[in-house]
Amino acid sequence: MKWTWLHRLASPPYVYALAARLTPWFAWPAALLIAAGLWGGLVLAPADYQQGDGFRIIYVHAPSGWLSLMVYTIMGVAAAVGLIWRIKVAHAVAASCAPIGASFTFAALVTGALWGEPMWGTYWEWDPRLTSELILLFLYLGYMGLRAGIDDTQRADRASALLAVVGVVNVPIIHYSVTWWNSLHQAPSVMRLGRPTMPPTMLLPLLLMLLGFTLYFVALLLMRLRSEVLARERSASWIREAVSA
Amino acid sequence: MREFFDMGGYAAFVWPAYLVTLTVVVLNMVWARRALARSRAEARRRLDRRGEQP
Repeated sequence: MKWTWLHRLASPPYVYALAARLTPWFAWPAALLIAAGLWGGLVLAPADYQQGDGFRIIYVHAPSGWLSLMVYTIMGVAAAVGLIWRIKVAHAVAASCAPIGASFTFAALVTGALWGEPMWGTYWEWDPRLTSELILLFLYLGYMGLRAGIDDTQRADRASALLAVVGVVNVPIIHYSVTWWNSLHQAPSVMRLGRPTMPPTMLLPLLLMLLGFTLYFVALLLMRLRSEVLARERSASWIREAVSA
Repeated sequence: MREFFDMGGYAAFVWPAYLVTLTVVVLNMVWARRALARSRAEARRRLDRRGEQP
């Protein structure tokens, strides 16, 4: 087994070129999946027997919530890799994740509030799931604020990576909050052991949206990764090629 | 059609939720493109400052 491909992934010029090439391969399938998911979720899926058409918020709420957790996990792992092996590209990945994750955490919180009001009778409750998700937003914002406050990129990378790694403990807390504590929030209906609790006509659009959002995140990550890699590169002559292209 | 937009009486919650999420989706693309353009401009300035030596 050759490990050269792994080494190449730590090389900024290779990553820059690869990211540019791969972006459309994630962006276009994501657009198609999201379009299909919206059609399925808003038009084809039947109304819920308890929540009527109000349940359709799930098709934007669950993918946003899923991204908020997945992106943070990737950010934490990338930050740890950057800290341990001192790989610039890994720090660049972590830095690219933060604004994307923060925005989808915001979307998850707002859509959750809009779902909570008609179903629970309140936009907000200091409930374990809601509170831990809000803390996630603050972790993202803290990470970004910390980076913005340090001029030297290398120092910013190391300091913010520490915060990102420590914050990872919040991810399982959010995920399991609905089973550990008595939460207003419903238990998982897709990502659970055994079968999902929805009929296929409701479930399929949700799966399309989840996959679409995930691919869209990869496309965004690849675009942001290019700018972060460029910002970290000082002396290399490949910048000239990258910039002139 | 009217029925569709009414969302069984939940229009005031469903449509804002979709609007917020789609805004976040679109803004992410705008921000990512802008960040890339900014980094490229910044890199070009660094090259110019150093002259043409590699």
